[in-house]
Amino acid sequence: MTLRTRTLAWSAGLTAVLAAVLVISAGIGPVSIPPATVARALLSADPLPLGFEAPRTSRIIVLNVRLPRIALAAFVGVALATAGTVMQGFFRNPMADPSIIGVSSGAAVGAVATIVLPFAFPFGLELQGAAFLAAVITAFAVYLIATQGGQTPTATLLLAGVAVQTFLGAIISLLLLHSGQSIRRVVYWLMGHLGGTTWGEVRVIAVVLPPLFFVLLFYARDLNVLLLGEEEAHGLGVEVERTKRILLAVSSVVTAAAVAVTGVIGFVGLIVPHGMRLLVGPDHRILLPTSALAGASFLVATDTLARSGPAEVPVGIVTAALGAPFFLYLLRSREVTKL
Amino acid sequence: MTGGDPAQPNPLLAVDGLGVQLDGTTVLDGIDATADRGRFLGIVGPNGAGKTTLLRTIAGAIDPAAGRVAVAGEPIHDLTSKAASRLVAKVPQDTTVGFEFDVRTVVEMGRNPHRSRVDGWTDTDVAAVEQALDRTDTRQFADRGIATLSGGERQRVLLARALAQDAPLLLLDEPTGSLDINHQVRTLELVRDLVSEGRTALAAIHDLDLAARFCDELVLLSDGGVVAAGPPEAVLTESEIRNAFGASVVVSENPVTETVSVTALGAGETPADGRSETSPAPQPGRGSKDSGR
Repeated sequence: MTLRTRTLAWSAGLTAVLAAVLVISAGIGPVSIPPATVARALLSADPLPLGFEAPRTSRIIVLNVRLPRIALAAFVGVALATAGTVMQGFFRNPMADPSIIGVSSGAAVGAVATIVLPFAFPFGLELQGAAFLAAVITAFAVYLIATQGGQTPTATLLLAGVAVQTFLGAIISLLLLHSGQSIRRVVYWLMGHLGGTTWGEVRVIAVVLPPLFFVLLFYARDLNVLLLGEEEAHGLGVEVERTKRILLAVSSVVTAAAVAVTGVIGFVGLIVPHGMRLLVGPDHRILLPTSALAGASFLVATDTLARSGPAEVPVGIVTAALGAPFFLYLLRSREVTKL
Repeated sequence: MTGGDPAQPNPLLAVDGLGVQLDGTTVLDGIDATADRGRFLGIVGPNGAGKTTLLRTIAGAIDPAAGRVAVAGEPIHDLTSKAASRLVAKVPQDTTVGFEFDVRTVVEMGRNPHRSRVDGWTDTDVAAVEQALDRTDTRQFADRGIATLSGGERQRVLLARALAQDAPLLLLDEPTGSLDINHQVRTLELVRDLVSEGRTALAAIHDLDLAARFCDELVLLSDGGVVAAGPPEAVLTESEIRNAFGASVVVSENPVTETVSVTALGAGETPADGRSETSPAPQPGRGSKDSGR
């Protein structure tokens, strides 16, 4: 079976899984709705002139209440799984995740500062704008710190990322100490949450994410060659430093866009790429699209669990609580450390 | 692009006054070398002489501090990676891999220099990959993960990748280093075949007998400079080897291949045919340091 056929088969299968997860998730909540009604409600959405009809209340619950949150979870899942895949390949390091160069820590500083500090930010920056901006600035700063004479060794980049994350962690702790009444909001944000999603937030990430995803997919072959090592990649016609800059910049913006909207949702970007690598192999031409689809299903499913208990918990707790044991299982049973 | 056209004037490779520094240490100094099309040039010399550095510099991976390298008339360090990788294909020495690609995918990566990001897989690409698998005797494990192969098998896969790259200049760093005696000879015969088809090969080879047997010309490197160059029998003399390696040797003719054979003598050993030793005892410390260059 050629790579193209395998990619199409896996993508079709995972799309079906995602559709099923979406329908089941949209049926779960204070009012439970049977899957068939959910499907009809989804297909009756305004932009689809398919002539399907569903009861008005089910329609409102599915389309206006639950779907924005589910759609956001799906997009953020795509973003984190994609960025995680790229970072693991880029660093040739199984522990790499989307935040390895400090994007999440930067976003957290931006978000927590807007919540805690008593003055308004200039230019009317809202929490999400501040988080996004701080995330991108952090990634860029780490890149500049690690770059000398036009070369950015990945080992230096990794260590610079760790050091900057530690430094920003200190700032977050300091802000937390002075957060007073708003500490609950801060902690909630830091754990990652998808509650209270509006279609507006979904629209932003739905516009930003797809083009960036296709840029990364466009570089899948270069990413494969980079896995052989930078000198070999150079010998095989890859413009190493330029490719590294593009991969870093795009995956950092992808991560920042996700984290700024939802807060820090851990583990998705680490375990989804590993799980898919075990299933489809290390070739990024198949790994990137399948990880993206699996990431969407994973985050929609975990967020459904997060909101369906007696009291809603931040989804970051669920991804870590479910993801870590699953990851340890993979680690013990198969050779998950191989990229 | 002029690469690969046998009608082009020689030399294919011209190294002119090349000097290389790594972390402030001069590793190569004033290297001159040329290789015509259809020639197999061997680089020999003790550990740390700069053989690998010379190959990496010719491949464009290291920028020289002085001098220039031209392949098919093109200054290799001024080209884009893509243009350079269409002229030069390199088989690296270090074959350890930390990834799980299958062998065919690795060989297919050799076609990367010839493809644009939007191009599909062409018939030329398919033919180059299939031929590379056949000629290196690697088709039998084409679908296996590269990490499951032995060091010698991996070395042949990397040679297959370089073949698929289809460049006029082939650089090989210790191509026979981890091969059994059968594959040592078969690999070097394959290089000879490629050379007789008009390609140029430049190989760093430890084994002086193999170098003498398969190469048209040898370049003897020592301490970052060329100490001798020319046909094997002119380069591999007892005095040149003693100066470069600091070892006492006996140079004879291999009765089977009728090429130069070099036998190193241990301290206190004398040749069995009763000839008097022509070299002083080996100087301690020389020829044993391995800096990995």
